[in-house]
Amino acid sequence: MLELKNISFRVDDNGSPLDIIDNISFTIEDGKFVVITGPNGGGKSTLARLIMGIEKPTAGQILLDGKDITHLDITQRAKLGVGYAFQQPARFKGLTVRRLLSLAHGSDLPEGTCCDYLTNVGLCSKDYLDREVDSSLSGGEVKRIEIATLMARKLRLAIFDEPEAGIDLWSFTMLVNSFKSMSKNIHDSVIIISHQEKIMQMADEIIVIANGKIRTRGAKDAIMPELLGEFDESCELKKDGGLTA
Amino acid sequence: MNQIEQNLLASIADLHGVPKGAYNIRRNGEGAGRQSTDNIIITTKTDKPGIDIEIKPFTVNESVHIPVILTESGVEDLVYNDFYVGEGADVLIVAGCGIHNDGSGKSEHDGIHNFHIGKNAKLRYVEKHYGEGEGSGSRVLNPTTIVEMEEGSFCQMELVQIKGVDSTKRDTTAHLGKDAKLVLEERLMTHGAQNAESNVDIYLDGEDSVVQIISRSVAKDVSNQVFHPRAIGNNRCRAHVQCDSIIMDSAKISAIPEITANHADAQIVHEAAIGRINNDQLIKLQTLGMNETEAEEVIVQGFLK
Repeated sequence: MLELKNISFRVDDNGSPLDIIDNISFTIEDGKFVVITGPNGGGKSTLARLIMGIEKPTAGQILLDGKDITHLDITQRAKLGVGYAFQQPARFKGLTVRRLLSLAHGSDLPEGTCCDYLTNVGLCSKDYLDREVDSSLSGGEVKRIEIATLMARKLRLAIFDEPEAGIDLWSFTMLVNSFKSMSKNIHDSVIIISHQEKIMQMADEIIVIANGKIRTRGAKDAIMPELLGEFDESCELKKDGGLTA
Repeated sequence: MNQIEQNLLASIADLHGVPKGAYNIRRNGEGAGRQSTDNIIITTKTDKPGIDIEIKPFTVNESVHIPVILTESGVEDLVYNDFYVGEGADVLIVAGCGIHNDGSGKSEHDGIHNFHIGKNAKLRYVEKHYGEGEGSGSRVLNPTTIVEMEEGSFCQMELVQIKGVDSTKRDTTAHLGKDAKLVLEERLMTHGAQNAESNVDIYLDGEDSVVQIISRSVAKDVSNQVFHPRAIGNNRCRAHVQCDSIIMDSAKISAIPEITANHADAQIVHEAAIGRINNDQLIKLQTLGMNETEAEEVIVQGFLK
């Protein structure tokens, strides 16, 4: 169980304080699949980075299974089972896809297992195993491999930051399906940051973040009707439309 | 062979025991084992130290291992090795030098390698350099590599400095004939106060000759590296020179790729980049449970692989 208590993240904005995250509290129970959505610049990714330990909150507490992890670094949180798939994944010259998946898993993965992970994110595995995760891969390919690095781990909490970004809509539908079954089977709890209606439809709960605050949160069935008027023609939440608080 | 010698052989030539096929092992300036085969004849030079390696035409799927190890402090070893790869042959040559220096004297090995690669022959050449030992004596390796490639030949060279080499000056020269293709991969790591200098001169003499030079290096601590790869197009040809380095701590790196076209149909490109380890890479690996040092090691190893 993940618990955020009065989390704030304040930065200096040309001499005046700016709250990127402003006193946010919520709890994510085990077994839950939670989608965090809201307008761009509202603080979603910052919140994810605070949970992973990439940023440290300027106030508040983060608890994982009742243990205060606010002051633990990224590595320590990773060891406790928190994982994060980046919105813009890093590329590594010389590091093969297979090696990266093995590093994620914590031990060398057999070829067949690597292939399964890649197939599940829509990559034809044989072509990719020995390829380097460098600039020769497209944005969509790197993004899928990033998602696969989380599928290769068994986590207490998996956070996916806009997994749909850079992936075309047709493959996206396939991705959503595997996402749902895999994530639920592998990880205890899942947070997905997304603007996509299809992803929100998979959620148990939806949290809408705007201007660093929780605008609304609740069960999918309660929140979706509120949001429905705010999707554009590609079923994506209007990023700066009606959701501004 | 004692344990130290066995470890050196494993590091530089992935050898665990006596290699298959032809081999010549040199230890502290003297021969320590040799085997020729029907198609690969190794003979001792009579006019100077070193060996001739003759690979008969159309020899395929055979290999030659010629590792050199230095375990005595204060040994200065100079050898001339000439390789004759016959027409149509397709072979692997594994060279390399490992130095274990526990003493205070300088240990140095200078290998001067001449390759004559025959028409349509294919050669893969792997050379690894490695140094270890607790002594204050320096470990020095100055390889000179000269390659002549005949029409239609192909050569892939992997020149690797793993670690522990205090000073190196590497000089590599190649002349490519018609339709010859050379892929030269250089990978080098320096640490401590080590110095490395690498000069590569590739002459594309023959029509439609191709060279690809890929240099990757990592410089740690206060070490210093200078790369100077040159591609000289003397005919219709293609060349690509790429230098890529990771710089750490207080190290210094110069990469000076140089391209010359002496023919209007020479297509020559170079690129060079030096930079720190990217913070995003470190963070990603930390989110997989590694600490910063482990993450750096993974990035460096991958980069130099």
